[in-house]
Amino acid sequence: MFYREAGDFKTSYREDSQTFPLALDRWAYRLLMAVAVLVVPFVIDGYWANAILVPFLIYAIAAIGLNILVGYAGQLSLGTGGFMAVGAYAVYKLSVAFPGINIVFHIIAAGGITALVGMLFGLPSLRIKGFYLAVATLAAQFFLVWLFNKVPWFYNYSASGQINAPDRSVLGWMVTGPLATPAAKYLICLAFAFVVAWIARNLTRGMTGRKWMAIRDMDIAAEIIGVNPLTAKLTAFGVSSFFIGIAGALFFAVYLGAAEVGEAFGINKSFLILFMVIIGGLGSIFGSFAGAAFMVLLPVALKNLLVGGFGWPTDLAAHIELMIVGGLIVIFLIAEPHGLAQLWRLTKEKLRLWPFPH
Amino acid sequence: MKMTLAALTTAAALIAGPALADLTLPHLSYRTGPYAANGTQYADGFNDYFTLLNERDGGIGGAKILTPECETAYNTEKGVECYEATKSEAALIYNPMSTGITYQLIPKASADGKVLYTPGYGRTSAKNGKVFEWVFNAPANYWDGASVAVKYLLDQNGGDLKGKKIALLYHNSAYGKEPIRTLQELSKKHGFTLSELPVDAPGQEQKSQWLQIRRDKPDYVIMYGWGVMNPAAIQEAANIKFPMENFIGIWWSGGEVDVQAAGAAANGYKSLTFNGVGTDYPFYADLTKFVVDPGKASQGGKFVGSAVYSRGVYAALIIGEAIRKAQELAGTPDINAAQLRDGFEALDITEARMAELGLPGFGQPIKLSCANHGGAGMARLQQWDATAGKWNLITDFIQPDEEVLEPLIAADSEAYAKEAGITPRACD
Repeated sequence: MFYREAGDFKTSYREDSQTFPLALDRWAYRLLMAVAVLVVPFVIDGYWANAILVPFLIYAIAAIGLNILVGYAGQLSLGTGGFMAVGAYAVYKLSVAFPGINIVFHIIAAGGITALVGMLFGLPSLRIKGFYLAVATLAAQFFLVWLFNKVPWFYNYSASGQINAPDRSVLGWMVTGPLATPAAKYLICLAFAFVVAWIARNLTRGMTGRKWMAIRDMDIAAEIIGVNPLTAKLTAFGVSSFFIGIAGALFFAVYLGAAEVGEAFGINKSFLILFMVIIGGLGSIFGSFAGAAFMVLLPVALKNLLVGGFGWPTDLAAHIELMIVGGLIVIFLIAEPHGLAQLWRLTKEKLRLWPFPH
Repeated sequence: MKMTLAALTTAAALIAGPALADLTLPHLSYRTGPYAANGTQYADGFNDYFTLLNERDGGIGGAKILTPECETAYNTEKGVECYEATKSEAALIYNPMSTGITYQLIPKASADGKVLYTPGYGRTSAKNGKVFEWVFNAPANYWDGASVAVKYLLDQNGGDLKGKKIALLYHNSAYGKEPIRTLQELSKKHGFTLSELPVDAPGQEQKSQWLQIRRDKPDYVIMYGWGVMNPAAIQEAANIKFPMENFIGIWWSGGEVDVQAAGAAANGYKSLTFNGVGTDYPFYADLTKFVVDPGKASQGGKFVGSAVYSRGVYAALIIGEAIRKAQELAGTPDINAAQLRDGFEALDITEARMAELGLPGFGQPIKLSCANHGGAGMARLQQWDATAGKWNLITDFIQPDEEVLEPLIAADSEAYAKEAGITPRACD
């Protein structure tokens, strides 16, 4: 009823395997993109950009990165915060060292550096998996945070160990620093999120993605059918870290503007992004966005409701907010262990048949 | 989801929106998380002082003061969210009570033209008003604290610290790292050896650091801790029987909650402070009459007079005086943030003024200018008396070693100016 497949004929393989097989979905997606690019930048204010949309987009990029590793390749990782820190410190060192080069290239280069670091810490995955690998990546998390705290070269010997993003512009628009307009910050994050999601979607439905999924589902069987576990696992670590590095670079340079490694990229960040992936849905690009939205928007919405709407004391609201978010996570995972993406998929299935269930 | 959020924020803005001619001081506080025990007392002191002004005097110069709270949990991301949420036209000043959040806000507040007041914390080199036009950190900063602690130790040792060992136990964050450079300079100047012992945030876990202290046997331990780190450190010091009188905390490590956990073992622990403690000031009679007794105090006034509460009161007092000055200069009670900045730069709190406010001898005289945003930077020492359960002031105000600090502040602020592309203002 709501979803009409009638008349939506596919006459080529290309059409058959597109991301949005239903015409209605395609139009909804195009409309969303049009609104995101043509409407939102003109109505957005500082609060919407800096407190809601920019963190949402950055976390979505990080969640896509982790989802490739955990959801598609089945390699459990708790090192996300550390890899984000690599991206942040890389973009900091690069943009200070080469101020003449556009920040976009620095952010991409920061992703590349993170990819190398990620592959290095991905090496143990060739021997171990599951919880053992989680512990190995946890070591990466602690080692990287310790490293950026310990070695003053990374923070250019500043007295406090903080790094501050220098002012940089893209096409004449400031995107970092205090003079960046909300629209510019939002658009650069949107551009990166769009490209990352597009790359991730195409990688995961191509041969690389099928190799990852084969390794995830049963590594021995995958090896027998000709998947090289070395390249499959290391490319998963590399691609995942590349995206996470980009997220870390944007998180520091565009969103926060200043960062302290223990506070901004601690173990809590790793858990937060892992929760986004689990809540959103393992092995789903849409799920990464949904999970990021859930974890970023819900606390802000609850805070605005409880403190702004009901006038509750801030500490009480903060505690209640933790309880509600925690409770909802539990309820969600009981109701749908495969996350928001699966919930959405089921809803769509139901709507395609509605009102005639079988 | 987004629609409802938009509706909610609009509704919130309508409900919380200030009436005209109110002075809005957004209050970024934290009453949850690992730093809540101290943060909540500070926030209470800050609120209660303004509640008193509103109740007793009808505000400042006839304008009521609003301090809408926003919970940051000492977290920089939430701090940014709070800043954006409260950054209205009317918002005058921010006192985020967190060095990490201060670092985030310095460029933002400077670009938005909001005053940032960071008493005893934040970026030390913000003392240089030529570079940091919108940031004030009077009455004292971290480097002043380090220098005063060393001066006190010099005093204790007949002016000579040669061959002594001093350990710095610090919160491994921007806050804790701030004094390292100063202490290194001071160790060169006075010939003591400095060992640096970082404690990772939030700070409960410090067994290995104390093991090292036990092995190295430093003569003195200086601590830059906050929140849960403080009671843990004092308990550990008691466990290894480190002589408490040789253990000196910065002012943020000198609250009642920090020492009470260790009980009698904490007796003799010292900390710096830049304000008086206790309730033996005439001010508290008014506070009881207008705020506590009518039930208008934060959390029922259960922390009134505690050391951290007093620091909150003191911060509010200085902001209040700056507002008064700004109103005087602007000729209107309805000031904006730029006028408040001018008020801060013309601030002159004398001892007589402190007595007038009912807090004689509570703080040092503060005189700020366009170039000096940090005041004289004096601090004094207090010592914990576990049997009486109170802090006693044991020294007078001690002047920090400007000879060492001034070049450091000049160098750090110049580096910032270069990094941020700021041309220092011409003023002295």
